[in-house]
Amino acid sequence: MQDVREALMQGRNSTGKLVQRPLSPHLQVYKPQISSTLSIFHRISGVALAGGAVLLSLWLTAAATSPHAFALAQSLVDSIVGMLVLIGFTLALFYHFCNGIRHLLWDVGYGFDLPTMHRTGAIVLAASAGLTIVVWIIGLVVL
Amino acid sequence: MSAPRGDQAVKIMRSSLGQARGMGSAKSGLGHWRAQRLTAMALLPLSLYFVLSVFLLEGADQAAMLRYMAEPWNGVLFIALILALFYHLQLGLQVVIEDYIHSEGKRLASLFAMRAGVALFGLLGLLSVLKLTF
Repeated sequence: MQDVREALMQGRNSTGKLVQRPLSPHLQVYKPQISSTLSIFHRISGVALAGGAVLLSLWLTAAATSPHAFALAQSLVDSIVGMLVLIGFTLALFYHFCNGIRHLLWDVGYGFDLPTMHRTGAIVLAASAGLTIVVWIIGLVVL
Repeated sequence: MSAPRGDQAVKIMRSSLGQARGMGSAKSGLGHWRAQRLTAMALLPLSLYFVLSVFLLEGADQAAMLRYMAEPWNGVLFIALILALFYHLQLGLQVVIEDYIHSEGKRLASLFAMRAGVALFGLLGLLSVLKLTF
């Protein structure tokens, strides 16, 4: 037992065997909803962006090292794989950005009721997809 | 009005320590919460500035990068970005580790390793921007 609260979660199954009750939400039986799904997306995109921050540091390090090192870094960025990775990071960034604003609004007390929460969730999904598409159209076509 | 703790309608026959156990840590949760929000607010404009910079630096060679970072505002904004970004992601990864790693030893080891990595890559980015700036 690692946590004293586990002492309150003992139970017996149908055969009478002593078992540990599951913590809620028990993911195998919990129906995915927009609230929980967007919440775990926020965490996943945040962890992914932490990896992106490491790559940003390495990109800056290449620039500070030598013209040759930076040319190598830029060729990786310009490759097909590099661009696909960057599209993923763009989407993760805009999602975390938009949903982060949603979190900050919750912190000041706005948008806790379910209809508003569902609506702002849909806005976050649409806005992050839209911003990603707009940014890549500007990057690939306009510039 | 909620009744003060001593006048609860249902008397709980447990010691103060027994009641406090398992009720949360009472360490520095508010500081963490506030720092996460402040860095989040700082990162809203800074991340948009970063996206703009990526546009301006598209296909740049090292000389263009040096010219860009030599502009005081660009240097300052990139330093602010690195500081806020690495502080914010450290706070976030800390919560993820604390949520999913339940064994005390493994959790402390993971937190130490994560913070060491965050510090190293944050300093690497910071030093690189400073070197490009000067």
